[in-house]
Amino acid sequence: MNEHSVLEMKNIHKSFPGVRALQGVDFHLCEGEIHALMGENGAGKSTLIKVLTGVYEKDEGEIYLKGHEKPVVIRAPHDAQNLGISTVYQEITLCPNLTVAENMYIGRGKSKLTNWKKMNEDADRILENLGIPARASQQLSDCSIAIQQMVAIARAVDMDCKVLILDEPTSSLDESEVEKLFGLMRDLKARGVGIIFVTHFLDQVYEVCDKITVLRDGRLVGEYVIEDLPRVKLVAKMLGKEMDDMADIKSEAKPYEGEDEYVIQAEGLQSDAGIKPFNFYIKKGEVNGFTGLLGSGRSECVRALFSADKVIAGTVKKNGKPVKIAKPLDAMKNGIAYLPEDRKNDGIVGDLSVRDNIILAAQVLRGFFRPFSKAEANKFAEEYIKLLEIKTASVDTPIKSLSGGNQQKVILARWLLTHPDYLILDEPTRGIDIGTKVEIQKLVLKLASEGMSVTFISSETDEMIRTCSRLIVMRDRKVVGELSAEELNQAKIMETIAGGDM
Amino acid sequence: MADKKKTMGSGVTAIFRKQIFIPIAALLLLAVFNLIMDPSFFEISFGYNSAGHPVLTGNLMTILDYGSEVAILAIGMTLVTAASGGQDISVGAVVAIAGSVILRVLVGLGGDGTLQAPIIVGFLAACGAAMLCGAFNGVLVAVFKIQPMVATLILYTAGRSIAAWINNNELPSVTDETFTYFGGFIPGIPVPTPFFIAVVCIVIALLVLKFTNLGLYTQAVGINAESSRLNGLNPTFIKWLTFVILGLCVAVVGLIKTSRLSTINYSVIAKDIEMDAILAVALGGNVLSGGKFNIMASILGAYVIQFLTTTLYKFQVSSDALPAYKAVVVIVLVVISAPAVKEKIAAWGKKVKAQKGDA
Amino acid sequence: MKKKVLAAILAAAMAMACLAGCSSSSEEASSDAAETEEAAETEEAAEDAEAAGEETAETAPAADGELIRVGIINNDPNESGYRTANDADMKAMFTEENGYDASFAYSLKNDEQITAAQKFIQDEVDFLLLSAADTSGWDSVLQDAQNAGIGVILFDRTIDASEDLYLASIVSDMEQEGQTAVDWLESQGLEEYNIIHIQGVMGSAAQQGRTGALDAKVAESDNWNLVTQQTAEWNSEKAQQIVQSVIDAGTEFNVIYAENDDMAKGAVAALDKANISHGVGKDVIIMGFDCNKWALQELLDQNWNYDGQCNPFQASYIDEVIKKVVNGEEITEKTIILEEKGFDATTITAEDVEKYGI
Repeated sequence: MNEHSVLEMKNIHKSFPGVRALQGVDFHLCEGEIHALMGENGAGKSTLIKVLTGVYEKDEGEIYLKGHEKPVVIRAPHDAQNLGISTVYQEITLCPNLTVAENMYIGRGKSKLTNWKKMNEDADRILENLGIPARASQQLSDCSIAIQQMVAIARAVDMDCKVLILDEPTSSLDESEVEKLFGLMRDLKARGVGIIFVTHFLDQVYEVCDKITVLRDGRLVGEYVIEDLPRVKLVAKMLGKEMDDMADIKSEAKPYEGEDEYVIQAEGLQSDAGIKPFNFYIKKGEVNGFTGLLGSGRSECVRALFSADKVIAGTVKKNGKPVKIAKPLDAMKNGIAYLPEDRKNDGIVGDLSVRDNIILAAQVLRGFFRPFSKAEANKFAEEYIKLLEIKTASVDTPIKSLSGGNQQKVILARWLLTHPDYLILDEPTRGIDIGTKVEIQKLVLKLASEGMSVTFISSETDEMIRTCSRLIVMRDRKVVGELSAEELNQAKIMETIAGGDM
Repeated sequence: MADKKKTMGSGVTAIFRKQIFIPIAALLLLAVFNLIMDPSFFEISFGYNSAGHPVLTGNLMTILDYGSEVAILAIGMTLVTAASGGQDISVGAVVAIAGSVILRVLVGLGGDGTLQAPIIVGFLAACGAAMLCGAFNGVLVAVFKIQPMVATLILYTAGRSIAAWINNNELPSVTDETFTYFGGFIPGIPVPTPFFIAVVCIVIALLVLKFTNLGLYTQAVGINAESSRLNGLNPTFIKWLTFVILGLCVAVVGLIKTSRLSTINYSVIAKDIEMDAILAVALGGNVLSGGKFNIMASILGAYVIQFLTTTLYKFQVSSDALPAYKAVVVIVLVVISAPAVKEKIAAWGKKVKAQKGDA
Repeated sequence: MKKKVLAAILAAAMAMACLAGCSSSSEEASSDAAETEEAAETEEAAEDAEAAGEETAETAPAADGELIRVGIINNDPNESGYRTANDADMKAMFTEENGYDASFAYSLKNDEQITAAQKFIQDEVDFLLLSAADTSGWDSVLQDAQNAGIGVILFDRTIDASEDLYLASIVSDMEQEGQTAVDWLESQGLEEYNIIHIQGVMGSAAQQGRTGALDAKVAESDNWNLVTQQTAEWNSEKAQQIVQSVIDAGTEFNVIYAENDDMAKGAVAALDKANISHGVGKDVIIMGFDCNKWALQELLDQNWNYDGQCNPFQASYIDEVIKKVVNGEEITEKTIILEEKGFDATTITAEDVEKYGI
């Protein structure tokens, strides 16, 4: 073990029933280093992290830590914590109903008694040191997600950690919040903490990291210094093939060449989720999108179109004829499909098999008394597994054991199976790997060229520019503009989102 | 491709084995225990009952007879568990209501025991009453989002008083002989009728599951209600429906119970039967917090419980100690189905396998 | 989530309170109506009582043709057939024709009964008749009654309180019931007694009394054996299963001693299934308790052999005590044991069925 290393993992193996998640992976982290762990979903990043934090027990291999002669034994998260390995997950794992200080010290007291005053003072000092704008006595749920994330980090840091793992910490943060987080990371780096950073955002990797380790299909691809690995090559390493199609997928796809007819028209539509009434239309074969900052109301708009929230005003026409859409089933019967933003809570039915998840919506449309036969269901499932290249052990595998990207593809398959006229995709690319993102974007354009109308929502503006021909811009829960053709560029979009004053 | 097929196949059998493994293992354990202790346990003798009809008797027949009641309830209880993630504890009390309704319709107040109406009418009225009770529970759970155990506590407490009230607190008795067939024997058929009734119920349940989407819908709703709603399902209605179905099962059991002695005692009939039904669901390896289910495993679980009860009676274990033995079963079940233990067992199994491989 | 659970519990509690209320409210309503009707009378009576001073209970009422006001606290009549009969008997006795103005309160819970007792004391009834749900906790409320000059008579169940606090206690002697039954069984003169003993809920007074006599006899006699001794908790289905298991095991037996009629019925159902004959002059002797009408009918039909009475007809005894007190006679015995019969199938008559069946 070289003297600057804080962590070395050697020849790690881990298998699950039917899957070999890690095969002989090495990983090496130095002091004062921010090290990106990259790979597609299912590449083994999460498994590697979980082996390191004691959530899973490894089948084979050794883990060395600085200050320990022999390989360390990590059997439970508790062991990892005691060895100075701390983790901050994508989902906040703190208790929102406790104060900031309580969250930082919970479960750590050696004595049964707590000196509240001292605890609060200590917590305030740490928060100040790290430049985190929160007070110790504040209730955690009153803080923004970003601050909560930082409190989680503060807790980890105060536990005297040598290795800090950040598992997708930025996916729910806005830009300025990300900046703050990076400031904190650099600060920690200067103090000699080794940081493992897991993310899907390439920009962020290049902004903050020193080294990159790439995994693919449970194997190590390689470890690279950041300067030696330009983006294109990184993507190529992750996907295992050279990527030249990132540039402009829109030009490849043929636009739809049918007649110009309105599929959905909405007027004065309003739901109880707190958006202002809005008008909307989409034509056959068109791809449009809602854009705006988080919380601007873009998801609420499409939810209103699908009647996912209770619609309280407005009219909807389908193919020019007024229709009544009072609940999701009505929308489905009118050929509308909706892939929700929150995959875990609104999308997947976790314990059900991939097959049942795929046929669910089509089955509901078909009716209670007309179930698909097992053979039919399997045929559909296998067809879409092949079509969308869904990686699953079998059609009977529970969907929850699939990686995020593959889960998303299953949900997509579910809606495609209903052969909708109008497909709403709310953040279909969030939290999934680049390869799948591109596949989904390509698929959207292909579907549109075949005559399907698609609404595509993404937090990443470049994705929207690549796929949409028209963008509806939202701010403060109302529609503030519509952009198309030449207006579709980053600058113009930013300007519209920010408002006229810019 | 061939390789893929193979893993798929073994995956299926693995899941199947896991679910139904527990009740089968329990059944084998009990069978082997009895075989060693006293093989005569399995003897079945042929004779005639006091009405002169041929009957088969023996411990196994007793198990088929009494286990069938719990098996029928287990069907409904499994669905309720799957969709609502909770259990209905008012089952025993509603059996009393259903039985009371049957007696009221068939004999009437102050009747002399002769039939005032065809048996089928009494049964249909009981179905109506029990399904109404189920609907009441269902509304509390599905619409008002009250925890199932708490919601059904109402009828659990009040049900037996309602049952007594229906017959003005009298205990009428049916004298007609055909009425005894449901809980006893049909002339000429030596196997207890409750078993046939259970078979009919099971077949109907399986047909319903095959020819409708009840299974898929209840599971989807039980696992993720919001996601189900966004797929066009109505979780409220489906949860409610499972309680109504359980009500129907309860009415059938009410008929059997009433028929056994041609009358019932409101305060003690089917006492604690809900616990047996819930235990059957658990013994079937179904998760009590809802989601995936396996009806056949629950039904098998029901017969295993009766097997256990009959075995304990056979060895003259004091009958008020029976609940303690069932509690032991529950503890064992809970422990082996806990994720931590499952993992340990899996890891241990792997180790054994690996060692074998090395050797 | 917490709020929801709380709300749920509240809702359930309220609904239950409501339902629980239903069962007793009708009674209270009717007695309330009676009270208003006789409000005027009552006031007069109260004045009289005051005038009469300390000696209220012994002199004031009835003497001048007034109704005797009694407050009756009983267990829920839905509890059992026995209780239903008991309640019906009380209602039949304490009527205006018989010179009584009766109010009823029912509960299976001690604290509710105590509350009812306090209400009756406030209403200044002349006598408080009590079948207590629980044996303890009655001292202070009975003291209050005594201070107010109200005579307390216990029926059916005794309590743990000083004998000075009540006028009389009218109870069944469960040990005697058991002994009567065992004596009868012995008189049958079988060579060997192989008994299936089916007990009631363990620990209840009836179970202890009825089991005690049999246990003692089995212990002292060589030819008395218990084939099995199990509790069926007054439950006919359980009794049926217990007997079924004995039959399945192939064990010989010739007596079924069931501690109530329901359980005897369950046992007989199991015998019928196995075509084992029972009743007078048959293979198995059937014994039950409580004298339900249908059970006595079984005796009359010679299907059963014996049924022990547990006398619910206590009203006449109470009436007697009240009359004595009103007439200023001395109560010589605090504890009055009910007369209880044991019926034999060979001697029972149709009149007995009508008279003693409950």
